[in-house]
Amino acid sequence: MTVLTIKDLNVTFSTEGGDLRALRDVSFEVPERRIVGIVGESGCGKSTLINAILGLLADNGRIDGGSILFEGQELTALSAPKMRDLRGQRISTVFQDPMGALNPVLSVGRQMQNIQYRSGLSRAEKDARSVDMLRLVRIPDPEHAWARYPHEFSGGMKQRIAIAMALMMEPALLIADEPTTALDATLEVATIELLQDLQQQIGCSVLFISHHLGVIAELCDDVVVMYAGEVVERGTTRQVFNTPRHPYSIRLLECDPARQAERTRNLPTIPGEIPDLRRRPQGCIFANRCDRKVAACDELPPDVAVGDGQVARCILAEAV
Amino acid sequence: MLMYSVKRLGLAVIIVSLAMLMLFSMIYLIPGDPAAVALGPRATEAMREALRIKMGLDQPVWVQFWNFFTNAWTGDLGNEVLSDRPVAEVVMEQLPYTLALIAGGISWSVALGIPLGCWAAVKRGSMPDRIVGILSVAVIAVPSFVVAIYALLIFAVTLRWLPAIGAGEPGDLGDQLVHLILPSLAVGLGWVGYIARMVRASMLEVLEAQHIRTARAFGLPENMITYRYALTIAILPTVTLLGVGIGQMLSSAVFAEIVFARPGVGKLVYDAILTRNYPLVTGAVLVTTVLFVLLNLIADLIVGALDPRVRSRF
Repeated sequence: MTVLTIKDLNVTFSTEGGDLRALRDVSFEVPERRIVGIVGESGCGKSTLINAILGLLADNGRIDGGSILFEGQELTALSAPKMRDLRGQRISTVFQDPMGALNPVLSVGRQMQNIQYRSGLSRAEKDARSVDMLRLVRIPDPEHAWARYPHEFSGGMKQRIAIAMALMMEPALLIADEPTTALDATLEVATIELLQDLQQQIGCSVLFISHHLGVIAELCDDVVVMYAGEVVERGTTRQVFNTPRHPYSIRLLECDPARQAERTRNLPTIPGEIPDLRRRPQGCIFANRCDRKVAACDELPPDVAVGDGQVARCILAEAV
Repeated sequence: MLMYSVKRLGLAVIIVSLAMLMLFSMIYLIPGDPAAVALGPRATEAMREALRIKMGLDQPVWVQFWNFFTNAWTGDLGNEVLSDRPVAEVVMEQLPYTLALIAGGISWSVALGIPLGCWAAVKRGSMPDRIVGILSVAVIAVPSFVVAIYALLIFAVTLRWLPAIGAGEPGDLGDQLVHLILPSLAVGLGWVGYIARMVRASMLEVLEAQHIRTARAFGLPENMITYRYALTIAILPTVTLLGVGIGQMLSSAVFAEIVFARPGVGKLVYDAILTRNYPLVTGAVLVTTVLFVLLNLIADLIVGALDPRVRSRF
């Protein structure tokens, strides 16, 4: 049973310099009770993907093709009010910046009350539920923390409060958009353990977005590697990390500082830059940076199934 | 909040004291002998000398200032020249009229400016947004006395909907309110524009904020996001702006009181300058200064009440 199935999703933004195709033929699945990691550099389309799922694309963005199937509902065809009813209830989100994610002039309790506005509970019941959630994310003294304002909490606590808010309605899918990037290393570990814990308790699926390979490897069951708005490779974490097939995944893993065997002052990088997405190349998106490029790379590569569930968008995937 | 109020009040006392020092220096530096001015050209030297001693002008300057300062803090602003009545009493008689006028002006500007600005921000780029933008600049550009004269001509003279002059029958609140409509519109209309523009700008900024994105991601209704999540933050700079703007409203009030022949502190100062009634001018200006500082203080306390971050900074 899959919670979220994305098939051939295309998103385009109209910009002054012409149409920008931010996502091209993105496909992947989030199975029930699994944690799926999305990894990729800045600008690879992770945020666009989230916004497309949530129905919160900017005014100049549009979905032109593909489908987003969530619990049997086609989200691309859903009306705005129906989409709003799903957000915060069935699909919840934790964003990257805990400092700015909470409203500064409303108390934490009030914000948690508002999130439950559809629940039909009495105010006292909502508040009791909020306090329970704060306790669950290990906020000390939750009865009093409830009445306090976001600026009175530390960054790590704010992120835990954001997680409490996101999980309050027991969603089927939690989207975590780099939830630990703004936190320091110790807090990162604690927050990830907390997320893992809560995911087990609530039994939701998680779409976990990060550019931290270590965190992805630690936390996720499946991995989706994105590059310049395309899914270049996907599979189980073990498959992608142990036997990557797409040249980009291979190079990306080589660049992980944690994988350097010897002391070095020069961390490896991938030469070149992401192509201008307003002039997206017809062929393979990674071709201009790929050291295995052949003539056939000028044609759009197919999604090649290279193993049990592992897929790479590269004509050489079988050979690699 | 208590600590914040106390600190803010202390700051207000310091500001008023400095204003007193400046006001005193101004009077002191004006050329001419106040006693001679008060008594007129036909007084003898002995009469002037007697008045000088009575007014304390023979004392060293710092003693004069200290007397002015301590008397002013106890509410004694001296006596006015024409009737020899205490200045404080004369000013206090007029103060409620000016306060009502300012309150009316603020009511107009808030009641029209905040909804218009909010509407323009939510409908950004649309026709209503552009119309609000043009109207805002238009009403800001028109001086308040022009608004006053046209309001008088249109609503009082031509249409005869509203009374032209005066402050209404004393004791008759309804009549006084009717008399307040046009003058307060003249004082507040320009501020409708300022506030609409300010609210629009800060709404647009707040609506882009990360926490608004979070609120949308939680599926909160758009109305709740606009009014409870965005507007409560977006009006904070407006409240501060209004606090400062009260200074300008006080000067507009002078025109409005003259055009509509209303009693009030502005009219009082205007008449006092014409009759060279310097103690009255000084007293009225000082009271106006205190009023300005007090209203500013209230604006800051409102911001403190609305924004928990401001409260905790003090």
